[in-house]
Amino acid sequence: MFWISLAVFAVVVAFLAVAYVRGHRKQTQLTEARWGGPFVVVSGIVAPSLILAGVFVVSLNDMMALSTPPQQPSLTIDIIGHDWWWEVRYGSSGAVTANEIHIPTGESVQLRLTTDDVIHSFWVPQLQAKTDLISGEVNTMWLQADEPGRYRGQCAEFCGLQHANMIFYVIADEPREFESWLANEASQAPEPAEAGASRGESVFLQSSCAGCHAVRGTEADADLGPDLTHLAQRETIASGVLDNTRSELAGWIIDPQSAKPGAIMPPTELSPADLDALLDYLESLE
Amino acid sequence: MTTTSARTDATPGAEEQSLPHHHAGSVSPGWWGMVMLIVTESMLFGSLVASYFYIRFRSAPVWPPDGIPTPSLKLPLIMSVILWTSSWPVHMADRAARNGNVRALRLWLGAGFILGAIFLGLQLAVEYPEKLAEFGPTTNAYGSLFYTLTGFHGGHVLIGLLISLWTQMRAWQGAFDKQRHVTVQNFTMYWHFVDIVWVVVLATIYLSPSL
Amino acid sequence: MASVAERLEGIWGERPGLITWLQTVDHKKLGFKYLYTGMVFFVFGGIESLVIRAQLADANLEVVDPETYNQMFSMHGTTMMFLFIVPVLSGFGNYFVPLMIGARDMAFPRLNAFGYWAFLGAGIFMHSSFLIGKAPNNGWFNYVPLANSEFTPGVNIDFYVLGLIFLGFSTTAGAINFIVTILKLRAPGMSINRMPIFVWGELALGLAVVFAQPPLTAALVMLELDRKLGFHFFDSTQGGDAVLWQHLFWIFGHPWVYILVLPAFGLVSMMIPAFTRRPMIGYIYIVVAEMAVALIGFGVWVHHMFAVGIPQIALSFTSLSSFMVTIPSAIQVFAWLATLIAGKPILKTPMLFVLGFVFTFVLGGLSGVMFAAIPFDLQTTDSYFVVAHIHYVIIGGSVFPIFGGLYYWLPKMTGRMLDERLGKLSFWLMFAGFNLAFFPMHISGLLGQPRRTYTYQEGLGWDIWNLLSTIGAFVLALGILITFINWYKSMKSGEPAGPDPWEAETLEWSTSSPPPEYNFESIPAVRSLHPMWEQPELRRGPQRPEDGAYLLASGHETLATSMLDATPQAVVEMPHESPWPVTVTVAMMVSFYGVLFDSALLTAGGTVASMAAVAGWFWPTGETQET
Repeated sequence: MFWISLAVFAVVVAFLAVAYVRGHRKQTQLTEARWGGPFVVVSGIVAPSLILAGVFVVSLNDMMALSTPPQQPSLTIDIIGHDWWWEVRYGSSGAVTANEIHIPTGESVQLRLTTDDVIHSFWVPQLQAKTDLISGEVNTMWLQADEPGRYRGQCAEFCGLQHANMIFYVIADEPREFESWLANEASQAPEPAEAGASRGESVFLQSSCAGCHAVRGTEADADLGPDLTHLAQRETIASGVLDNTRSELAGWIIDPQSAKPGAIMPPTELSPADLDALLDYLESLE
Repeated sequence: MTTTSARTDATPGAEEQSLPHHHAGSVSPGWWGMVMLIVTESMLFGSLVASYFYIRFRSAPVWPPDGIPTPSLKLPLIMSVILWTSSWPVHMADRAARNGNVRALRLWLGAGFILGAIFLGLQLAVEYPEKLAEFGPTTNAYGSLFYTLTGFHGGHVLIGLLISLWTQMRAWQGAFDKQRHVTVQNFTMYWHFVDIVWVVVLATIYLSPSL
Repeated sequence: MASVAERLEGIWGERPGLITWLQTVDHKKLGFKYLYTGMVFFVFGGIESLVIRAQLADANLEVVDPETYNQMFSMHGTTMMFLFIVPVLSGFGNYFVPLMIGARDMAFPRLNAFGYWAFLGAGIFMHSSFLIGKAPNNGWFNYVPLANSEFTPGVNIDFYVLGLIFLGFSTTAGAINFIVTILKLRAPGMSINRMPIFVWGELALGLAVVFAQPPLTAALVMLELDRKLGFHFFDSTQGGDAVLWQHLFWIFGHPWVYILVLPAFGLVSMMIPAFTRRPMIGYIYIVVAEMAVALIGFGVWVHHMFAVGIPQIALSFTSLSSFMVTIPSAIQVFAWLATLIAGKPILKTPMLFVLGFVFTFVLGGLSGVMFAAIPFDLQTTDSYFVVAHIHYVIIGGSVFPIFGGLYYWLPKMTGRMLDERLGKLSFWLMFAGFNLAFFPMHISGLLGQPRRTYTYQEGLGWDIWNLLSTIGAFVLALGILITFINWYKSMKSGEPAGPDPWEAETLEWSTSSPPPEYNFESIPAVRSLHPMWEQPELRRGPQRPEDGAYLLASGHETLATSMLDATPQAVVEMPHESPWPVTVTVAMMVSFYGVLFDSALLTAGGTVASMAAVAGWFWPTGETQET
């Protein structure tokens, strides 16, 4: 399409150039230019009709080809859109995560898209066209990554204050690595081994964290915010806005509003000791 | 190039002298204005009707939903007969105006008004209270559609009644005759439009759930 | 003894002053009001765009906070799409349609005045939201459920919804006025195939608006009922449907974008003959194409919704019609090119804007065709690629012709020419600035930058394109500013224009510049598509009754003629100045503020006052023969 457009554009510019260089007449001339009618018909009706008909047929073909995955999907993942993060659920395996979607390379994966609030749009440009998440509806799409890698995605339908920061990553692993990731993700949170992390678990359960976030294997099972069971495995936090490092995590917990003004997560007041322990605990959630 | 002349003779040419100064029907810009208003209002009702069917066909097979009973037909059919009958005196009023028969015009306009008022009264005083006992516009999308579609129609009937009163006032003031009556024509077009919209509303809201 | 001209002056003259300013029904004064009010809103929308570009010049800037940014992009779109282009084109239309068709005013002068006041009122209503920091913040198409009270409880959305309902009255009034004026008030002999193409463009606008506006009005009313009274049209938890909003909005919205360009195309078809000194080639093709664009434009709305999850069969039909709608535009493009080649253009400022328009609009049209291909659309919709496309077609297709039109028609309206050198400078800055601002967006869109994002991360490769866009935007703004300076300068000290500085073909050039209040001393019989070129007697003075002209000098009158052949049918009496249009508008504003702030008193009071003012409007004064 790009080359056709370039050719058409070149033709138009050429005509403009012809008009420009021919100088101008001084007197009004009421002559009929008899080539005018055929010129308009051929270049304005016949040629575009032929070109566009061809493009239409090809595009329709492509649409149908792209709407079915190259092979039967081996996996179905549920994506639930929230303001402003992505909930990711791996169905029967019980794995639940957020903002990072792991898939095996070389296999088709089906995504079922729903939203918890307003309309969002799931767009990972390097892998697939976008599909909207519509209130009250379930839209399905497929993904397939042939090469392992980290593919960036972003919400593509204006959804409010932090629409710009509703980022996610699709991480394609070799199938065996994927299986081990999935198994780990489906498992319950590891018991905190060290004292600091253990103390941090109590901080987590007793402060406001557990009111919104789940850590499977503990009493925390709320689903208002992302599931944190294996938080330490994730490369980013705050739906792709911050790297998952200790200092960024600390800043995010104390005041989410500085990184994402308007985010629904409120600031949390913690003593430095409590914060330290909490961070130890969160870092232990591999 | 000069754009004005020094001409002082303002005598019009022969064709100009024979041109009428009063006009009705498709000669009158006012008539065309009403036609365009009817076209645009039709699109408004069309949008509401389309929304009704869109929501209906995207809902579960049960319609009306949530246990709301299928609308009963008795009262709406009575209201329909009254409203459509009112088109007769309104049509006769239009004919009377074109014939310059002012007495008949006043009587027919009055008759049409009474029938239209009865329709609106039945809708507001009988049908709506009955329906509100079952469901309201805030109950669900069906309720919103029901009251908005019938309410918009009722609003247009009310406006028609106001235009009728205005036209009657002018008729009693002796404003109309054989040449000057485009107001009557505009009113009658509007009124027939409202009646035709009722056909669509009746079919959509009251008849289609039973199909 | 008074001359005919003096008699007409006495009949049609309006005394200058504030009262007349509020009460005028003269299409020329109203047209000029639409024009400069529309330009004021253009400046507001432009400032909003510069804020946007400043914020996006680099990654992670904090020029404005997210809420302010969201209000900026929403008001930029809403203002440009609703309060600038159509009002300015209506301004040109109001001023020039009666002059081009040989009439003394529009068919409904008081409705015309109401259309202007309601436009101003709606614009003020929506902008008053800035006073409380609650401007609309959900984009110019305001999708639900984000627009529902559950997710945006603030009055931002209500300003948007009520403002646009209010504006809809103006738009519809204007459309009906254009249609009836064009069909009924043409000069004798100006049969339908002798109508200037700009007039056809305004007719297409009028007809399209009459059909396209109501779906938007319905959607807006339904949303406000949801928000204020708890209805459930768009609430999927109670049987409503979020996608219904999109359908209704785009059934309006897509025809609307054609409405934005059709009169502009018509304007181009007036300027090309003037600056190539020959008639347009392919008049019939162009006229049919204008109407075809308007018509086919009603069938493509789903192409704004390809990613929503609609069944493929519907998508396929929409894709087909979206490809097809290109054809009538292509017809017009090649008719223009043919005329330019046959006629060899005189490169004055209006023609530069015409050439810029062809270049830019064609580019935008080509990217538009790409969107008709569903697989392509699904990647590029909602990205900066579509932002590039829309600005190429709208700025190219509408704004460039409008600016050319300023240079072409302001001399007629003010009696003064604009400065050619400043004009050329303005054009080149606008052309260069525009392309620098918007071409890079094709690239950043293809690299994955979504639209409506208040910031973006570093390291994605988007930074350089955004910086170029920002620079281009400021250059474009400078170019626009230069035209405004030129406009101001010309009104103070521009060269006198005389009646026909361009030696153009249509009837408005037979009047003085500016025209007298009564437009024409006599309404001429028209015998050609190019009356000023083929009826040279019109250059020597007003046509005489002996030659077929109509004087209509005994009252406030113009001529009604038949729809197809323009055979004279009747003399129509026109109303004089009236206080009612502005009064109705003020009363309506009261009731709209009442709804906005949940005040039953204001709502009821304003409504009753509006109805009383309407009664006053129609109250017989013996002035026109109404009945």
